[in-house]
Amino acid sequence: MVDAEEIVLLAIFTDIHANRQAFSACLDFARARGAQRMIFLGDYVGYGADPEWTVETVMDLVNDGAVAVRGNHDNAISTPSESMNAEAQAAIEWTRGRLSAAQRRFLSELPMTLQEDDRLYVHSEASSPGRWRYVQSTADAARSIVASDAQITLCGHIHLPSLYSMSAAAKMTSFVPAPGVPVPLLGGRRWLAVLGSVGQPRDRNPAAAFAMLDTETREITYCRVPYDVDAAAQRIRDNGLPLWLADRLMVGR
Amino acid sequence: MVNTLVEPGAVIDGFTIGECVHRGGMAELWSVTWPDSDTPMLMKVPKVSEGEDPAAIVGFEMEQMIMPRLSGPHVPACFGAGDFARQPYVVMEQIPGETLYQRLRELPISYEEARAIVGKIATALADLHTQNVIHHDIKPSSIMFRPSGEAVLIDFGLSHHNQLPDLLQEEFRLPYGTAPYMAPERLLGVRDDPRSDLFSLGVLLYFFTTGVRPFGESETLRGMRRRLWRDPYPPLKLKADYPPWLQEVVLRCLEIEPVWRYPTASQLAFELAHPDQVKLTARSERRDRDPLSTVLRRRFNRELTQPKPKAELAAQLASCPIVAVALDTAEGADELNEALRVTAGRILATLPSARLACLNVLKLSRVSIDKTLDEQGNNKHIDRMVSLRHWASPLKLDDNRLTVHVLEAMDPAAAILEFAAVNHVDHIVIGARRNSLARTLLGSVSAKVATEAACSVTVVRPPRLAAVPELAGTGKGPDKES
Repeated sequence: MVDAEEIVLLAIFTDIHANRQAFSACLDFARARGAQRMIFLGDYVGYGADPEWTVETVMDLVNDGAVAVRGNHDNAISTPSESMNAEAQAAIEWTRGRLSAAQRRFLSELPMTLQEDDRLYVHSEASSPGRWRYVQSTADAARSIVASDAQITLCGHIHLPSLYSMSAAAKMTSFVPAPGVPVPLLGGRRWLAVLGSVGQPRDRNPAAAFAMLDTETREITYCRVPYDVDAAAQRIRDNGLPLWLADRLMVGR
Repeated sequence: MVNTLVEPGAVIDGFTIGECVHRGGMAELWSVTWPDSDTPMLMKVPKVSEGEDPAAIVGFEMEQMIMPRLSGPHVPACFGAGDFARQPYVVMEQIPGETLYQRLRELPISYEEARAIVGKIATALADLHTQNVIHHDIKPSSIMFRPSGEAVLIDFGLSHHNQLPDLLQEEFRLPYGTAPYMAPERLLGVRDDPRSDLFSLGVLLYFFTTGVRPFGESETLRGMRRRLWRDPYPPLKLKADYPPWLQEVVLRCLEIEPVWRYPTASQLAFELAHPDQVKLTARSERRDRDPLSTVLRRRFNRELTQPKPKAELAAQLASCPIVAVALDTAEGADELNEALRVTAGRILATLPSARLACLNVLKLSRVSIDKTLDEQGNNKHIDRMVSLRHWASPLKLDDNRLTVHVLEAMDPAAAILEFAAVNHVDHIVIGARRNSLARTLLGSVSAKVATEAACSVTVVRPPRLAAVPELAGTGKGPDKES
C-alpha cells in the first residue's frame, strides 16, 4: 500500500451499476495511469447483470484503503420503498436475490457522505444527500456547494458529466470537460465535479466515464474508456432483465 | 486581500522580486529573476484589494489557467503561477520593446507597413486559435513583436479556452472588453467564435491605415450595439488612394455576420501575404455605407443577429484548411494533372470554406542565365499562371477560394516546402511521376515533399491502366496468350 502522505492521484468512479465489463475497463485504465487511491460515489448495483462481482470488487478495494459512499440503488436493496421507475425497480428486485447477506450489509452500512481534506464525496448532491436530487443547473450546483465547506465536491447520480464552479463573489460557471484534458481546479473558487457514469453513460457516448484527480496540481481529468458493450448488454439479456437496459448501453442514453 | 508578499527583494516560490515596472488598472508588473537564468521575466500580480474591479480577479484566474497551457513564439513563455491561497501571480517571459499602442500617434501608417504588421498578427492569431484559445481583446496594447519579427499576443484575461471552463460566462451582465474593437456577436454573449478576433483585427487594420476608428470610441452599450446593424464608412470614402484589395480585406474582416468574414486567421494571413491575388468584390469599390433600408432590415430582422449554434473550435478550424496542389505544366502530364484535379475536387467539395493554392515551379537553371522570355518572346511566368488557372477552371471554385503561384527555384521540392511553411498550408496534394527519366536522375520531388513537409501530404498517381507485368523472366503474364 502507498503511504497516505504520498497519495496524490485519485481515481473516482460513480454509477457502476453492476456493469462488470465497463468497471474492469475503467479500473485497468486508472491503474495504468498510476491511480493510487480509488474513490466510489455509489450506485454499485441496479441495471447491470453482475452485481455480485461488482460489490465484491468494491468491498475488496475498500479493505485495501479505497473509500465508498452509498447511492440510491444501493439504498433500495435494503429499503424497498425507494421510488424508482419500473425498469430500475425490476433490476433492484432481481439484484436483491443475487447478493449475499454480507454484500447487502456492506451496501446498507455505507455512509451517505465522506469528507477527506478539502474534498467531499457524495452520490447525488450535498444539500440533502438522502433526497437523491439531480444536479442539472448552476442553481442546483450552487445549492450543493454552499451546503458544505469543502472546496471540491465530487458526485454522480445524473450520469451526465459536468463541472461547476462558484467564485468568491458567488458567481457560477458550468462546463462540460473534454475527455482526457486536465482542468485546473483553481484555489480561488469552489468546485462541484459531477462525474459521468461508469456502467450506464447517458450523454450519447457509450464509452465508460470516470475521473482522475491530482491532489497536488489540483487538476481533474474526465476520462472515457471504451469497453465491451456487447458483452455487458448480452449479460443483461441472458439474465432476463428489461431489454431496454441492454439497448441503452449501445447508444449511451 | 492585499499584495503584501510582493516587494523588492522578496522571494516567492524561488522567484526574486526586482522592481515594479508597471502599475495598471487590473494588475502590477514586477521584474523578477530565477537562479541561474538570464531570461528576463515579469511577475504579473492582480490587484485584488477591497473595492477592486471583480474583472481583475476573474481575468487573472483565466490567465492563470490559460498561460501555462500555451506555447510557441506568439505568446510569452510562462514560468510559474501562484494561487489565491497564498499569493496570486503569473511569471512570464518579458518581451523586449513596446506594444503596438506606441504607434498610435503616428497613424495612419503606410498601407505596406500595415499589411506587414497585420499579416504577422493574423499569423499569431492562427497559432493561438489552433491552441484552442480565442483572445477576445485584440487591440494595439495587446500586441508586441519579438526582435526576430514574430507578433506576440499578451493579456489573456478576457480569453476563452475551448477546453477549460469559461469563468467569464456568467460573471458580467455586459460583455467585457475594449469597446472600439469588440465584435458585434460579443454583444449577444457569443464567446466561442474565433472570427471575433478577426473582426477586432479588422478594426485595427482600418484604424492603422486611416487614422480613424471604424466604430468610434463609444463605451456605452447603446453606442456599441450600433455595430450590429450599422456598417462603417468604407476606407475609400476617407482616403481616395486606398487600395481596393486592402479595402476588400478590411471590410471582409468587419462583416457583421462572422460567416461572411475570413473563415480562419490563416486564410486572412494568406490574403495579406498575396495582395495581388485578393479577389475583388463589390466590397473593394464601395464608397459609402449600406443604404438605410439595409440597415433597418438588419436592425429589425432579428434572424440576422441571432447567435448561431456553436461548432467545436478545432472542428471549425479543420473545416477551413489551406490546400496547396503542386502541378507540372510540362507536356505529357495531362493524365497526372487530371488525377490531381479529381483529388483536389473531392477535398474541396467536402470543405466549402477550404481554399486552394495552385503551385507550379519554374525551374531555374544552375548554369545559364535565365531569361524571363522564352524563344517566342512570351513571358514564361504569366504563361504558367494562365495554365494553372486553366487547370483549376473545371473545379468551378469561387475566385476568393483560389490563388495561383509560380515559384522560381532551382530545387522544386524545397520551393514547395517553403511555400507551405510560410503560408501555413494544411495539406499538400502532389503528383508522383512514373517512369520519368528526370525522376531517376534527380530523385522524386513528391517523395521529398511527403517526407519533409510539416503538414499532411497526399501523393496522387494517375489511374492504373492495364498492368505492365515484368515479363522478362518467366515469360508469363496476364495478357499473354499461352
